[in-house]
Amino acid sequence: MGDGTELGRVRGLGSAQEGAHHWWRQRVTAGSNLFFLVWFMISLTRLGGFDYASIHQWISSAWVAVPLIMLVISTCWHARLGLQVLIEDYQEDEGRVMWLLVAEYFLAIIAVTAIFSILKAALVVAAVAGPTAA
Amino acid sequence: MATVPPKPDRPISPHLGHYRMGPAMLTSIVHRITGDGLAVVGGLLFTWWLAALAGGKESYDYFLSWFTGPSWNVLGYIVGVGLTFTLFQHMMSGIRHLVLDTGAGYELKTNRTGAILTFVGATVLTILFWGLLLKDVIFAGAK
Repeated sequence: MGDGTELGRVRGLGSAQEGAHHWWRQRVTAGSNLFFLVWFMISLTRLGGFDYASIHQWISSAWVAVPLIMLVISTCWHARLGLQVLIEDYQEDEGRVMWLLVAEYFLAIIAVTAIFSILKAALVVAAVAGPTAA
Repeated sequence: MATVPPKPDRPISPHLGHYRMGPAMLTSIVHRITGDGLAVVGGLLFTWWLAALAGGKESYDYFLSWFTGPSWNVLGYIVGVGLTFTLFQHMMSGIRHLVLDTGAGYELKTNRTGAILTFVGATVLTILFWGLLLKDVIFAGAK
């Protein structure tokens, strides 16, 4: 384990116990956000319609559902880190613990709901179409 | 996370009120506002859209009815254009941050130009995006 060297502290063995983890994760998710959001926004312009049938058909492709789930994970993680910075900068007293928990739970709920919805929308159509197609 | 002990009166770090607003400062503030706005408003609307889709045609049509149709069209454009501009602005500003992270772009002129370019880029991308979305409407109107 770390003996208090600078490298050890940077690796997360200092008193804060996390070193540059937050900063680095924010950059990593920024990169993946950029990739998936460019894909997402281009996809939206190519849909041709936003009615139920068009969107349902679009999302039932694995080439859409999988990157869309990745987008949700990446953006929610990034959003959680970003809200943390906001809270830490402006909420100086103990109230920040509560707000950090609110941010944490909020994005957990958003992420799980979004992922479940993508899976349901994508898979229900496959389950219905599967047996009848066979 | 520890309690902040009461501090003696020392000079505090210059904050927003002490500097003249410039492009770099504006970009920094806007990056924070757009980012946290996207995290909350963007997250809620995006998830509502997906949940409504998963709920079936009825719930999806209900979602759409909030932003389309004769009476709510305006809300759709305000939210839609607002959110896309917010996203593109945060994206352009984020790319600028990644460049700054490498240690580049801190010369006064370069830094200022980069800050202004984030707004130019976001505006161009927003117009391009909505132009592509509405190209049928636009061309139909031109005929």
